[in-house]
Amino acid sequence: MSESLDEFRARARAYIRQHIPEGVDSYTMGSDSDEEELEDVARSRELQRLLHDGGLTGILVPEQYGGQGLTAAHSEVLNEEMAGRRHPFRLQVPTMTPCMTVILEFGTEEQKKKHIPAILRGDEIWMQMLSEPGGGSDVAGAQTRADRDGDEWVLNGSKIWTTGAWWADWALCLARTNWDVPKHRGLSVFMVPFDAEGVEMHRIELLNGSKEFCQEFLTDVHIPDSCRIGDVDDGWTVGRRWMFYERSFGSSPHTLRPAGGTMATFGELYDLAHEAGRADDTQARELVGEARALALAMGQLAERIPAAVTSGRMNDQAASVIRLMGCRVGRRLSTIRWELLGSMAGAWTDDDDDLGRWAEAFLSRQVSEIGGGTTEMARNVVSERVLGLPRERTPDQGVPFRDVPMGPPSR
Amino acid sequence: MQPQLTNDQELFADTTRRFLQEHADVEAVRGLRRDERGYDVGYWRRGAELGWTSLAVGEEHGGGSISDNPLADLTIVAYEFGRHAAPGPLIATNVVAAALGRSGTAAQRESVLPSLLSGEGVASWAIAEPRPHDRLGGIAMEATPDGTGWSLTGTKLQVEAGGSADHILVTTTSPTGPAQFLVATDTPGLTLTAMQSIDLTRRFAEVVFDNVAVPASAVVGEVGHAAADVAQQLRIANVLQCAEMVGAMDAAMDITLEWVMDRYSFGRPLGGYQAIKHRLADMKTWLEASHGIADGAAHAVHNDERADEMCSAAKAYIGAQGPELCQECVQFHGGIGVTYEHDMHLFLRRVIVNATTHGTVTDHRLRLTDILETQSVGRRAGGEAA
Repeated sequence: MSESLDEFRARARAYIRQHIPEGVDSYTMGSDSDEEELEDVARSRELQRLLHDGGLTGILVPEQYGGQGLTAAHSEVLNEEMAGRRHPFRLQVPTMTPCMTVILEFGTEEQKKKHIPAILRGDEIWMQMLSEPGGGSDVAGAQTRADRDGDEWVLNGSKIWTTGAWWADWALCLARTNWDVPKHRGLSVFMVPFDAEGVEMHRIELLNGSKEFCQEFLTDVHIPDSCRIGDVDDGWTVGRRWMFYERSFGSSPHTLRPAGGTMATFGELYDLAHEAGRADDTQARELVGEARALALAMGQLAERIPAAVTSGRMNDQAASVIRLMGCRVGRRLSTIRWELLGSMAGAWTDDDDDLGRWAEAFLSRQVSEIGGGTTEMARNVVSERVLGLPRERTPDQGVPFRDVPMGPPSR
Repeated sequence: MQPQLTNDQELFADTTRRFLQEHADVEAVRGLRRDERGYDVGYWRRGAELGWTSLAVGEEHGGGSISDNPLADLTIVAYEFGRHAAPGPLIATNVVAAALGRSGTAAQRESVLPSLLSGEGVASWAIAEPRPHDRLGGIAMEATPDGTGWSLTGTKLQVEAGGSADHILVTTTSPTGPAQFLVATDTPGLTLTAMQSIDLTRRFAEVVFDNVAVPASAVVGEVGHAAADVAQQLRIANVLQCAEMVGAMDAAMDITLEWVMDRYSFGRPLGGYQAIKHRLADMKTWLEASHGIADGAAHAVHNDERADEMCSAAKAYIGAQGPELCQECVQFHGGIGVTYEHDMHLFLRRVIVNATTHGTVTDHRLRLTDILETQSVGRRAGGEAA
């Protein structure tokens, strides 16, 4: 008999009150120095370990892999009980999903036993080696190659936009194992440790100064065949689910999202107008109201779509509707904050540094519409998989990958 | 609308849908273009028999709901009304029926409410006023004591189905605060003038009160203390408007999706072009979010939790995205989309009208900020106290 929701809540509440410190962790890009970022990561690992010791990690993961074997409803209860508490946010995405969810779905018994308990303990942080310099949205057009060498595979190529690769432990890597078949049929997925010989890491500076993204150059990296996930050349079966998990991370029951985590931003907008001295300005007040309506509509959508998927009224690709709405709302909110700043949106004094950070956030507005799959790709998914509209014809279908037209090589 | 309806609600939705398919198809709607009332009296009475006007009234007063959430039941009708751009004084009558059920006198409930429930009578709520009092909640019309009764003077606009109404529930100020009166439309001093409207079948009136003398028995609730009733009426009106808009948006979207699959340009379906697909994907997100926030508002009103905030968020969001979605649907149709012959405008009309009455998008955005301000001031005060 599995633990009831009430029993679980009581257990979670007691443990959290005793062991998990109060506070709110949220993702803000580009605001940390390297030292702060590393401290943050260490803190996330500690928090993960604390939750793990209390039996509060891997809520949906079967017990034989170190999880609790419970349900999404239990996961929601945990989110509620974690309201106002610090949480290991650096270990949620992409470690818990899509990486752990992919290993859970496609890994061998041995792979699951080795990695999943380590992930749940906070010992392994995972990243995704998915995008390449030659293409971000066209994931199945990967040109990183994996060549068989006895019981090993030899990886060569380059992956990019790997978040925090410089402090992570492992990555899932999509590579081409067959160039003589159409693109989707020549891919395989591997688990790659970042400390493997031949992995060279470069950090990328974003327009706002953030250096959390990396590019890896793989030169003759030897990986045992036991690190392959899924069948040889069948990596796209894994890849499709991998990208589904990535797209739907915002509503995944595998991630911990303390309740009320984003509520602060609602009031923040009014406070921003107030601090910018525009709280009595009708135009500013209308912008604040517009933002509030968008945020509330977004919140309702984020509840509606998963419910519709669970009831079978929509297919699971509908997660892209949430992604698209989130990006559209995020974009407008960023612009509204920027407008509220008035002339301070371009230059500000040290005294107004709190406001200046919103101007910097506007500078990076498009990051969230590019990272994790562009909104253009989300629009493709919504129009094709949710609305059922036809795909456009492309010249990369049905021909060997080596014959697909390509632009000049990128690095 | 609610992804999960109960079996009874599903049956009710189906009955209403089939009735509207038969009696309010697009040709019937077009036929009412120049009709004075904008609906057929027999049609309305039969709709009332299906329960359209009794859901929001308690059983003790002759009404009755399908589920334990009368407002959710009512949104089922409103949604189908939107889907069909259906005629009939749905929002007007329900707002007044609910108000009488809630705060009417025994005499008002006995003399007026039964006719609303049976569909033989129509009533409407008069709240909006001309500039400079045209912002949501702006009321200049006064009720002054006059012997044992009251004298009412002022002008009300956008009174839905005013020309068909037997009674008007009018919201005024008074020496002691907001007040409401139920006034028969044939009372001396009351003048009704038809207004022009975007909607094909929904009629609106200007109602001028020139020293209209009403007895004390016309008061609904308590003079000076009508604020809570007014707020609840606005919530019901907003929730029903939103459900209607979502229904109309769904209809417009369905028609458009079929069209872009059937229409070929340059040798392939319109719907296969990314330039079209991507906009339709955006529209799908607006549509789903509109469903979500419309349901959220109905839910909030039922639970009396953050009701004003959710109603304003729904009206502000759907009021902005609804007309935009329907205009995009017109655009994808090309030339045929801007003809009277095509059905698209029926839905565009309904959405435009609902987006602007009982608070414009701007009104509701400003109200959301007022609410945030209260919370923020509370938060600061709390922070300072702690």
